[in-house]
Amino acid sequence: MATAPTTTRDLGSADCVLDREGLDALVQALRARGRTVVGPTARDGAIVLAELESAAELPYGWGVELEGGHYRVVRREDEAAFAHSAGPQSWKNFLLPERVRQWTADRGPDGEMTVRAERHDPASYAFLGVRPCDLRAIAIQDQVLLGGRHRDDAYGARRTGAFLIAVECVEPGATCFCVSMGTGPAAGPGYDIALTEVLDDAGHRFLARAGTPEGAEVLAGLPQRPADAVTRTAAHEAVEAAAGRMGRTMPSVDLRALLADTLDAERWNDVAARCLTCGNCTMACPTCFCTTTEDVTDLTGDHAERWSRWDSCYDLDFSHLHGGPVRSSGRSRYRQWLTHKLGTWHDQFGSSGCVGCGRCIVWCPVAIDITEEAHALHQEALSKGGPS
Amino acid sequence: MSAPEPARPRPRLGVFKFASCDGCQLTLLDCEDELLGLADEVDVVHFLEASSAVDPGPYDLSLVEGSITTPEDAARIRQVRAASRHLVTIGACATAGGVQALRNFADVEEFREIVYARPEYVETLATSTPIAAHVPVDLELQGCPIDRGQLLEVITAFLAGRKPDVPRHSVCFACKRRGIPCVTVARGIPCLGPVTHAGCGALCPSYGRGCYGCFGPSASVNLPAMIPLLRSDGMSDEDVLRLLRTFNAAKFAAIEQGSAP
Repeated sequence: MATAPTTTRDLGSADCVLDREGLDALVQALRARGRTVVGPTARDGAIVLAELESAAELPYGWGVELEGGHYRVVRREDEAAFAHSAGPQSWKNFLLPERVRQWTADRGPDGEMTVRAERHDPASYAFLGVRPCDLRAIAIQDQVLLGGRHRDDAYGARRTGAFLIAVECVEPGATCFCVSMGTGPAAGPGYDIALTEVLDDAGHRFLARAGTPEGAEVLAGLPQRPADAVTRTAAHEAVEAAAGRMGRTMPSVDLRALLADTLDAERWNDVAARCLTCGNCTMACPTCFCTTTEDVTDLTGDHAERWSRWDSCYDLDFSHLHGGPVRSSGRSRYRQWLTHKLGTWHDQFGSSGCVGCGRCIVWCPVAIDITEEAHALHQEALSKGGPS
Repeated sequence: MSAPEPARPRPRLGVFKFASCDGCQLTLLDCEDELLGLADEVDVVHFLEASSAVDPGPYDLSLVEGSITTPEDAARIRQVRAASRHLVTIGACATAGGVQALRNFADVEEFREIVYARPEYVETLATSTPIAAHVPVDLELQGCPIDRGQLLEVITAFLAGRKPDVPRHSVCFACKRRGIPCVTVARGIPCLGPVTHAGCGALCPSYGRGCYGCFGPSASVNLPAMIPLLRSDGMSDEDVLRLLRTFNAAKFAAIEQGSAP
């Protein structure tokens, strides 16, 4: 497991300070560059990710109250824009949309078939407000979808042009455990610009630094002032303090080994009794990437399309082979999800599949808690004399 | 203007009604944009809601709406089955017995005495049962009413000779795919979505309402986990019972009793 990056880092370019006007200018500058700016905004009783026309649409003054199976938007006493933790969606909703066409086929009057692969036009997103856990989640999906022999070109077209503005976490939620997973609350690599929000007597401002030449170029064009020691210290201390306020922890053991050694644990029966197998955790998860294939034909049969769409290991038909589903019990499906996420993901993709964002805990209607399950598996392993 | 006759004989489609409200077969007529194209591809030979001219069969594809509630219907469904190469049941009545299966939990004799002035003219069975309880069914399409898109998918898949794409997972899949924040988690609204069969596209949650299970149970239902959640979101035991005892009463009851799906 990687060590948590708990300090803000200067990646070569000078840091600077933006105020709210500077944030407005950032959104406008990115739009002027032809980018679709996506960021958090308050809607439908949640902080959702949506296209922003201006920074005024950010959820200024809104925070969230999180618990297992519980999410409420709450008014804050200050005007912070990024004082909310992970919401109902993640950036995969944009990079890996729920349904994507792969190819179309047409049968001409002479019976000749013409198959056309879908052209995935490059998208030009700018994501504003990428939390450090989600920054890692994007890197993990990059590895899964672009890092192997079989690239997902639709994902690649969206991802390659995406401009990432990370916002470091100073207000972790009660379901957050990025420190345990080594993904936050400070921003790791991968951003074009990283911001740290500071709200104190000296005003509402954002310590900004670039992580790429394009990020530096964008920053240079914004109304700004040089970073001062007070702002740097305040930003640094806020992120440090956030690291100490995680609502959850994972057991500090080798999770990959723990999961490999507990395949027959009693705990799987316990969690299966509570699990609805509804699939919410997998679809809220920013790294879950599984899709299924959907074939569409028209009434004449002369036109056919193949689409990929989100699927989940909780769907009975996900493991349907000849004769029926391989994982028919809730126990086997929950175990599949957790052992893959925390264990076999390492074997397959070289890292954990969990970034500690807590979405699976919050958006599980019955509040099943991945950290609690991992602790329980650890306790059961200890009681049986397994790895400590 | 007359269209040229198709070179091959079109598959013969029959639509049959048993105890039901007609809403599901109406879904076929609701396919307005596709209706002419559909008529080019299939020969609709028995569809009383659309035409009183009927052919006796056989049928390549039969769509069956409604549940079995009378001795006559119990016999008639066997005739329909015998005349049909493929039989697809459509709607909560045909797949779960419908709202009229509430009689299964009560004494139908009492209902008959109370409701009808001359109960002796009414011959009815003690239970309302799905078609699959009487004859083999090739596919069940759930919903009250069924979804238009799913019906077209079943027919086009039949025409292409492929398996129809009718996912058996929960309504939660549709909410998450549409980006609808969970009404239970974000607002504390009781919602039957986690145990309900997808197909509606999360219609109710998209309007901020909880799902009331009109599509019936999904393929993977854990009611002992679901019921305490409904209770903690403010439903009384009676509310919960009413939610589970509506359009798909018999199917949810069978799951509660551990004899299904």
